[in-house]
Amino acid sequence: MSVQHTAAAHIHRDDVASRMGMWLFLFTELLLFGGMFILYSVYRFTHPEDFHLAAKELNTVIGTFNTAILLTSSLTMALSIAAIQRKQKTLSIIFQLLTIVLALGFMVNKYFEWGAKFHHGIYPGSETLLSKPSGEILFFGLYYVMTGLHGLHVIIGVVIIAFMTVFTMRDVITHDNYVKLESAGLYWHLVDIIWIFLFPLFYLIT
Amino acid sequence: MSNENILSNNGNDVSYLEYKGKHTGILGWLLSTDHKRIGLLYLISLSIFLIVGVTFGFLMRLELLTPGRTIMDPQTYNSIFTLHGVIMIFLFVVPGLPAVFGNFFLPILIGARDVAFPRLNLLSWYLYVVGGLLAILSILLPGGPADTGWTFYIPYSVRTNTNVIPALFAAFILGFSSILTGVNFVTTVHRLRAPGMDWFKMPLSVWSLYATAWVQILATPIIGITLLLVAIERVFGVGLFDPALGGDPVLYQHLFWIYSHPAVYIMILPAMGVVSEIIPVFAHRTIFGYKFIAMSSIAIALFGSLVWAHHMFTAGMSDTGQLIFSLLTMIVAIPSAIKVFNWVATLYKGSIDLQPPMLYVLAFIFQFSIGGLTGIMQGVLSVDIQVHDTSFIVAHFHYVMFGGTGFGFFAALHYWFPKMFGKMYNVKLAKRVFWAMFVGFNTLYFPMFIMGWLGMPRRYYDYLPEYQIYHVISTIGSWILVSALFLMFGNFIYALFKGAKVTEKNVWGGETLEWQIATPPIHENFIDIPVVTESPYQYKDNELVLQTQEAK
Repeated sequence: MSVQHTAAAHIHRDDVASRMGMWLFLFTELLLFGGMFILYSVYRFTHPEDFHLAAKELNTVIGTFNTAILLTSSLTMALSIAAIQRKQKTLSIIFQLLTIVLALGFMVNKYFEWGAKFHHGIYPGSETLLSKPSGEILFFGLYYVMTGLHGLHVIIGVVIIAFMTVFTMRDVITHDNYVKLESAGLYWHLVDIIWIFLFPLFYLIT
Repeated sequence: MSNENILSNNGNDVSYLEYKGKHTGILGWLLSTDHKRIGLLYLISLSIFLIVGVTFGFLMRLELLTPGRTIMDPQTYNSIFTLHGVIMIFLFVVPGLPAVFGNFFLPILIGARDVAFPRLNLLSWYLYVVGGLLAILSILLPGGPADTGWTFYIPYSVRTNTNVIPALFAAFILGFSSILTGVNFVTTVHRLRAPGMDWFKMPLSVWSLYATAWVQILATPIIGITLLLVAIERVFGVGLFDPALGGDPVLYQHLFWIYSHPAVYIMILPAMGVVSEIIPVFAHRTIFGYKFIAMSSIAIALFGSLVWAHHMFTAGMSDTGQLIFSLLTMIVAIPSAIKVFNWVATLYKGSIDLQPPMLYVLAFIFQFSIGGLTGIMQGVLSVDIQVHDTSFIVAHFHYVMFGGTGFGFFAALHYWFPKMFGKMYNVKLAKRVFWAMFVGFNTLYFPMFIMGWLGMPRRYYDYLPEYQIYHVISTIGSWILVSALFLMFGNFIYALFKGAKVTEKNVWGGETLEWQIATPPIHENFIDIPVVTESPYQYKDNELVLQTQEAK
């Protein structure tokens, strides 16, 4: 046995472990947002009136529209996994690309929504905002931070799914080895689920 | 296919230190996904930060030798105690044992060839390095190093003009590194145990690393988001915690301690694992109460996550809240006490061999008991009002973190050094250095209990003359301790280059799997994955009963 021979290390593949690692990582993401949800609950409890007034200023129509977009993108993501399991590579790629398009659509809406707020002078540190009662300052602070961090996760998700698309094209992801795509899907559903909580907390409960 | 077979294969497989993979030279280390090499990368980087942290602590002690100005101005002093805290906590004690010895020995102890995600493991190290570099950058950038203390309390941390942002991001990235290590270890323990290695055949250090990994996963994200929010508040002026914008600074403290209290268990649990590992070997006796020690690790992780607000008894909290957190604090002492009792019971009627690792372990039990019991004192509400923010707390904390985790780290280093490098340090010198370390440590920190009880505030630059005698004793202790540290590292470094070569598999007569493979271990640890037949630490009449009998 030569030194070179030992270089042929064993190839270790364990899909259960990969899935488990992904779930553990998702726990950490939930807790990351959990910290902000605690902030939201406490400040809502201490400033109920201000939160009520501030929430009225958000555009429920855009919020609802974006919720629909994100839910649909979760569907297309799940379908892309179902497709690869059935050896339909092209279909899977199409669904992945659709997911990316929907995610970008979500971000475009977000851009206009934030833009409108900025236009009305409601942004961190602005005079309009600072002249409001402290509860509203906190509400909009949390609004920008939480939807902003969520938006960052959407962008990360787009990058990840784009990589998955390339992997699928290059047959790295195949019908009997698709754990990467599955993990990307799990991540994407997490992004979706966080939005499911953000939407009512900021837009619906007034 | 018995032990002879593993032996006969030894000549054919090179050790991980000489292994040549895809990359050679320095890249063979920097790009290696071998858990053992990553463990050593951590060891080197941690040691560098330890030296930096010790230097800052040493300078702080020197400044406190006399009242008023001794060697530095107050602003420098504030920065130095912040850096001492940030570097020691985030760059040494938190990653400490899991990153170095967990990486190196966890897979071996459960009979695996590597961790579950080797590349992620390497990424964790790179994140650690980036975090460390950012911490150093925060010292060097104009504006001056952060002066908030390692707790970054609001509102000062959003008002001060020092480099808080790089320090915050350093801690954030280090937290990310810690999370990924946790994810890796939990998955490894679940998926990669060798055949026959059921949960209650795992060595106790694996249990403690497993419990630690869960705390890393579940607590670290909270500090991540909290520090990120402080950074966002500082940069964009978003109202989150700052009372000027309607925020609640006490809420920041809650979020900070929701992580940072469990973090002290991230720091101490692996050290407890090392103690449980070393005691049976040097007492030549089966560990007493294996299941209790294993389960107490889980209990500590669980209860330790529920006691955070005892850091804030004086910060403003309802009486009910105070009572509940006081009670929970008492409860978390129980599993720690279970461990101590079981360790002592293991020593009883054992054939005790006072080798360097064992000396450090005995000092651990002594010092950890002092640190732990004074911790319970602070959990008592009335006493806490008296000692809060005094050097009593500093003494308590250092008895647990240095007297406990630090000594546990040194014990592990002395215990596993011959296995890791195939070289032996000077045992006689190591024993003498231990005594210097022990004396230095206690001289340094014990006076802090006394002066803290008498009212010496912590973090203060100046003090009343009546406290000087304690400060002088303490500073002299720091000189002894630093000299001992120098000698200890000197001993190891000398051993690396000129030490006696060790090829024997089982230097200390340990029973766990790492003592049944080559010294130093081969690239993938095991030629054949072992089949585990025995529980660990089965000493019968002072004789070894190895954990595996047949390789197949």
